[in-house]
Amino acid sequence: MADALPQHPDFLWRNPEPRASYDAVIVGGGGHGLATAYYLAVNHGITNTAVLEKGWLAGGNMARNTAIIRSNYLWDESAAIYEHSLKLWEELPAALDYDFLFSQRGVMNLAHTLGDVREGTRRVGANVLNGVDAEWLDPQQVKELCPIINVADDLRYPVMGATYQPRGGIAKHDHVAWALARQCDAMGVYIIQNCEVEGFLTAGDRVTGVETNRGRIATGTVGMAVAGDSWDLAQSAGIRLPIQSHPLQALVSELFEPVHPTVVMSNHVHVYVSQAHKGELVMGAGVDGYTGFGRRGSFHIIEEQLAAAVELFPIFARAHVLRTWGGIVDVTLDASPIISPTPLDGFYVNAGWGTGGFKGTPASGYTFAHTIATGSPHPLNAPFTLDRFETGHLIDEHGAAGVAH
Amino acid sequence: MLLIECPYCGPRDETEYRHGGQAHVPYPADPEALSDREWAEYLFYRDNPRGMLAERWLHTAGCRRWFNTIRDTETYEISAVYPIGAPRPDTAAEAPPGSAAALSPAHHAKGDPAARAIASSGSHARTATAHTAPASAGSPAGGSAAGDPAAPGESPASHPTSEGDER
Ligand SMILES: Cc1cc2nc3c(=O)[nH]c(=O)nc-3n(C[C@H](O)[C@H](O)[C@H](O)COP(=O)(O)OP(=O)(O)OC[C@H]3O[C@@H](n4cnc5c(N)ncnc54)[C@H](O)[C@@H]3O)c2cc1C
Ligand SMILES: [Zn+2]
Repeated sequence: MADALPQHPDFLWRNPEPRASYDAVIVGGGGHGLATAYYLAVNHGITNTAVLEKGWLAGGNMARNTAIIRSNYLWDESAAIYEHSLKLWEELPAALDYDFLFSQRGVMNLAHTLGDVREGTRRVGANVLNGVDAEWLDPQQVKELCPIINVADDLRYPVMGATYQPRGGIAKHDHVAWALARQCDAMGVYIIQNCEVEGFLTAGDRVTGVETNRGRIATGTVGMAVAGDSWDLAQSAGIRLPIQSHPLQALVSELFEPVHPTVVMSNHVHVYVSQAHKGELVMGAGVDGYTGFGRRGSFHIIEEQLAAAVELFPIFARAHVLRTWGGIVDVTLDASPIISPTPLDGFYVNAGWGTGGFKGTPASGYTFAHTIATGSPHPLNAPFTLDRFETGHLIDEHGAAGVAH
Repeated sequence: MLLIECPYCGPRDETEYRHGGQAHVPYPADPEALSDREWAEYLFYRDNPRGMLAERWLHTAGCRRWFNTIRDTETYEISAVYPIGAPRPDTAAEAPPGSAAALSPAHHAKGDPAARAIASSGSHARTATAHTAPASAGSPAGGSAAGDPAAPGESPASHPTSEGDER
């Protein structure tokens, strides 16, 4: 039997009217905004804050993603921040007192070419040196961990091995947002939905407030975490970001008995699959090639990922697609995030997590809160500031961490 | 699936093309004179508006030629197709280079947040000129006025996300 879901909870936070001013305002009520408010309160004692969300809480990418969590990135800077994130994930169910179904069922990144094998074994080596749990699996070991996968060599792209991170897994993304929101609310944070930030108030080179569709709110400190809307909104503060927004789609099947025990990702044939607790197969693939804000993408992306999925998992041939949807992801040129002060004093940006920021939610909030509270980056996010585009110290995670990120 | 009209081959499915990013980003006239900030702008910073965007396409599975379109990034509707080297049809006439409008990131009027811009003094509206942007790079009208890129595909940020995907 698939696992029973926890009872749907009662309202977990108030829906207050905005006040005239706050010590800090977080723009965006997705995972990153909420985690930032949470760590501002818990780590820095800053609770006179508001999270402003233009729609409903976690209506953006937070509850649209495929919920994969892992930390097996190639470069030291990435491994450090994503591994910190994974460690925070391991603490959060207890800290938030909420079982959001964090399941460390392992994550596999398949290799289908000699190039993939070389990249994967190199990454396993780098991970081990960085204290990240990582193993290289041969095709037989892949089959043992995930019996439904086809490791025969008559495929167009046979499985030649895989990287495996046992501590990786999935979590129930909407419950993560609710868990964070409940704790924020309990600590006095104002979570204000249906409140769109339309512009910023400034005096000289300082931010002094935000203009919203529910009036002006004064604050000397703004943290922006609006994912796909980052370029546009930062622009209204006079800050230019090296970000392009793309549609990224995902889909689910109907509910099945548990058949898929882990998480399988393939960069080369381009699909990633897990089975949610309640039984749906959850799949995703790459971004649509064009930029856009339509929260929908092109059908061929779905068609191609299903072709890849059925080849790898012949048992899926009789499953049906129940729903598809899209989110708008904020992509940087080096596929790494930006957690940074800006030339506008008091205005901080957290953006560019692109296709892979769910796993980063805790560390994103942790380091962004530090940056906001102290005015300068935490050692974990110091490499991820806007400066890197000028110094040339990019953190290129394209492809390096399995699926281009 | 977008249906894109190649000026040389006619309408074809999106899968025949490769998206080439923002159009009208000229190679710097004097690269060695650029500051690090300006060079970063040329390499990594591109417009990403909600609304009308001038962008490049390569007809990879057809004639393998480059061309430009004007596409609405919210509706995905393509309102103009024009050759590389031609000026941007919807702005070339409106905004002389260097004018406030030419530098505005919110050059796309329709449904634009500029409509919600803050009027009061001391506040930045969505039409504000970016703090960090050098005068012409990265502004579509400025770019086209300065002449088209020497060769399409030459600007490195032309396809920042070709491999982008994942979770
Ligand atoms: C289909 C899909 C699959 C994905 N799969 C994975 C995965 O498996 N693993 C992984 O690690 N990552 C994945 N991601 C990426 C991940 O979801 C994002 O990187 C992450 O959610 C972004 O941070 P967020 O939660 O704060 O964003 P969002 O939830 O998008 O939060 C931003 C919020 O800002 C609000 N906002 C925007 N503008 C304004 C404004 N002007 N005023 C007020 N509020 C505003 C939005 O309404 C939104 O709620 C996936 C993304 C998608 C779309
Ligand atoms: Zn053609």
